[in-house]
Amino acid sequence: MASTQQFCTFFLDGHVFGTPVPKVQEVIQHQEMTRVPLAPNVVSGLINLRGQIVSAIDLRRRLGLQDRPAGQLPMNVVVRTNDGAVSLLVDEIGDVIEVEEETLESPPETLQGFARDVVRGVYKLSGRLLLALDIDRIVDLSDLNKPKGNRDF
Amino acid sequence: MDDIVKDFLIESTENLDRLDQELVKLESSPSSKELLASIFRTIHTIKGSCGFLGFARLEKLAHSGENLLSRLRDGKLTLTAEMTSGLLAMVDAVRQMLASIQSSGQDGEEDYAALIEHLASLQRQDNSSAPDAALSIDDPHLASGKTPDQESTHPTAPANSSGEQLADPAKIGGVLLERGQVRPEDLAAALEQQEIGRKRLGEILVDRGAVHPEDVVAAQKAVEARNPDAAVETIRVGVNLLDRLMNLVGELVLARNQLLQFSSTRQDAGFQAVSQRMNLIATELQEEVMKTRMQPIGNVWDKFPRTVRDLGLSCGKDVRLEMEGRDTELDRTIIEAIKDPLTHLVRNSIDHGIEPPATRQQAGKDPAGILKLRAFHEGGQVNIEVSDDGVGLNAELIRQKATERGLVSAQHASRMSDRDIFNLIFLPGFSTAEKVTNVSGRGVGMDVVKTNVEKIGGTVDIQSTPGKGTTVKIKIPLTLAIIPALMVISGRERFAIPQVSLLELVRMDGGESGKGIEMVHGAPVYRLRGRLLPLVYLNRELQLSGSHSDKHAEDSASNIVVVQADGHEFGLVVDEITDTEEIVVKPLGQQLKGITAYSGTTIMGDGRVALILDILGLAQRAHVISARDSALAEKNKSAARADAVTDHQTLLVVQCGDKGRIAIPLSLVARLEEFPLSAVEMAGPQEVMQYRGQIMPLLRLSRVVAGAVATAPNAAGDSRLQVVVYSEAGRSVGLIVDRIVDIVDEKLVVQTPAERQGVLGSSVIQKRVTDLLDVPKVVRSVIPGFAESTSRA
Repeated sequence: MASTQQFCTFFLDGHVFGTPVPKVQEVIQHQEMTRVPLAPNVVSGLINLRGQIVSAIDLRRRLGLQDRPAGQLPMNVVVRTNDGAVSLLVDEIGDVIEVEEETLESPPETLQGFARDVVRGVYKLSGRLLLALDIDRIVDLSDLNKPKGNRDF
Repeated sequence: MDDIVKDFLIESTENLDRLDQELVKLESSPSSKELLASIFRTIHTIKGSCGFLGFARLEKLAHSGENLLSRLRDGKLTLTAEMTSGLLAMVDAVRQMLASIQSSGQDGEEDYAALIEHLASLQRQDNSSAPDAALSIDDPHLASGKTPDQESTHPTAPANSSGEQLADPAKIGGVLLERGQVRPEDLAAALEQQEIGRKRLGEILVDRGAVHPEDVVAAQKAVEARNPDAAVETIRVGVNLLDRLMNLVGELVLARNQLLQFSSTRQDAGFQAVSQRMNLIATELQEEVMKTRMQPIGNVWDKFPRTVRDLGLSCGKDVRLEMEGRDTELDRTIIEAIKDPLTHLVRNSIDHGIEPPATRQQAGKDPAGILKLRAFHEGGQVNIEVSDDGVGLNAELIRQKATERGLVSAQHASRMSDRDIFNLIFLPGFSTAEKVTNVSGRGVGMDVVKTNVEKIGGTVDIQSTPGKGTTVKIKIPLTLAIIPALMVISGRERFAIPQVSLLELVRMDGGESGKGIEMVHGAPVYRLRGRLLPLVYLNRELQLSGSHSDKHAEDSASNIVVVQADGHEFGLVVDEITDTEEIVVKPLGQQLKGITAYSGTTIMGDGRVALILDILGLAQRAHVISARDSALAEKNKSAARADAVTDHQTLLVVQCGDKGRIAIPLSLVARLEEFPLSAVEMAGPQEVMQYRGQIMPLLRLSRVVAGAVATAPNAAGDSRLQVVVYSEAGRSVGLIVDRIVDIVDEKLVVQTPAERQGVLGSSVIQKRVTDLLDVPKVVRSVIPGFAESTSRA
């Protein structure tokens, strides 16, 4: 009996990423954000989520992808973390899909840099690959506060 | 951990706190049977629960205390200070064991054998001196008007105390007695039986056939009607739950706001009525939930009777603690924050303030010193005062110490008022205690008190009269969750500046501002009433783009928010100042905690998020504040230069022309003189006079200050001139004014920007609009190069 898991999927620069459904609190439309000067550039701003203030992290920037084309509004995937809710900005939201654990493979050796740290594995779906993200690692920005080192994003 | 154990811990901790107070109270009224009974009951409960839960060591300790207490209760012993100390030590030991149970689930390794032995020996004491003890037992009874004989005719002493309750109309027995439905003897017997068993009084009486069941029911109803409070019960609710409730109510209020907006666009009367009701309910709910976070300050004060007693004993001082306003309510986060500062102040008062009894008697005071705690609400703030009637502060000593330690210059110290001198003790590294005790006097403390109080947006002030005592006044906001803030805009972003950091606002219009802001080695400064205020451009500090003040650089920067952080003033240049608002403080997310420029976030009325600026953090980022030491040195330097450092300024108000009121900082005034008109001579076109061996140029203020209506000289027929002498670098100049009006001490808020030559701006002084004179500028406008040869720069 193959164990399955539900994944919430989303798109970034044409790639499919996903995180287990229980991690996701909600998905909402693009919200007006308040910029936070001096913050790392992956933090796009703060949004007011029903009275709770939530930091929005631009996943494209966080993963070292190129910036979203101007005019394209991101969606918010609000995820639960140990330090409360955090919003991840993604291009588009995909379906909730069921994946079989058997189809999981560790990320290829060629995946380098920070992406390698946060991609927990790759699920082989029919016709495409789903990259499973380590959300807790993504929202922990402490690596950005360290002196700028060898990471190139 | 078991729920039972948890409940036991919570309950016992509360009971112990009460024990502390009751034991201290008991010391002053050792004959109080009620107190003794209550103390005994508490210890007994703890002992009983321990036995049940299997904490043998704790049980043994509690048992030894109980033995001593039972002898005290039975009147076989009278309480001595030693016994109180022993019992208090037992309470501490129990507390430690409870802490150990909380952390490890066990009552610890320590068995307190020495303490138990000590308690046992205290208990044995009377056996050796029984006759004496018997004598002393009589005293309380004599005092309460009973004779030992009376006592012996009633063999059951406890029933006696119940007997007093007999007539208590708030109890069911009292009601029955009052109505003549029960005989006093039956009631007394039933009460006695109740103490032994667990049955309710009514049941016992009915069982004994002493009363009709219907009468009991009726009496019960009457009791409930008489004290409605008896029906109100309390339950325990976790603080986390309350905080969550608070957050949810916040969300509800926001949703309510949106609903109201929406309903106003609809023409549906029914919908509007519902949303109006919803509005009222939400508002009420918010108020009630806010109340759940409020706690009386008495919760903190309850610890002090014990502290005062212990300290008094160890310092050999007799101190009486008085409390006033213990019901004053505060947000619980603030209660937590002021606990330590208050404790410190209390310790200080006992250690340094109140004198030993002998000294007090010599000074003609009551040998017992009074330490008074007072709390009250005033102007949306909570005021807490800690005062003692002790020796007071010695201004001379403080002045001397402060100078010795280089905290202020001798010259400056000599000019400071006593009140300012007293406040010096809040500086770090200050202590006047001649000897270091384990209580206080280590030179840390008062500055910590000040820092802690300021951290929660409060202020501390100290007043003292030598020989009469000292009062420390603390003012703190009601709640931390909601603070008043000034909203500013910089680079199209909105920011909130907490009102506590705010000193004043200076607005300059385009033309004038260019002159106001000068550069010192590339660092912008502003001349604010004759002293240099370092400026920080908010947009640059936060690396904001798109700010209009960026484009036009310095020349159109028009709003300076003068703020203070850690005793330093600096000006924050922003694009726009919008409004002051009460804002709800919310924490920053984990991702942004590292940025020192912000202290939190808030949601504005329109639902958008705004950042709250951390002024101290900004100051450090902008290097306005470097090291603390150099900061202090700088402060002294500037303080020595002019008294202007204090936010209150002493101003000389003079009249120029019919209506022109002009204020001059008194620190700039060398002397006020009156001369006959004939003393005026001419040197070329310049009016001069001989003054202390110099030729002093004279200025007629009414002519110099543009806009002031000039009166014809001596219109009033005066033959004397009023002259304000201003000195700089050994040169003097006389400003001729029409009349000296007054000298005032005012907090100066420049409200309208300067428009005229020689005027810094206008302010309201003594309820009248008054121009603030820019003296150095005025002097130089008439006498270019005044004092230049011996320049002070």
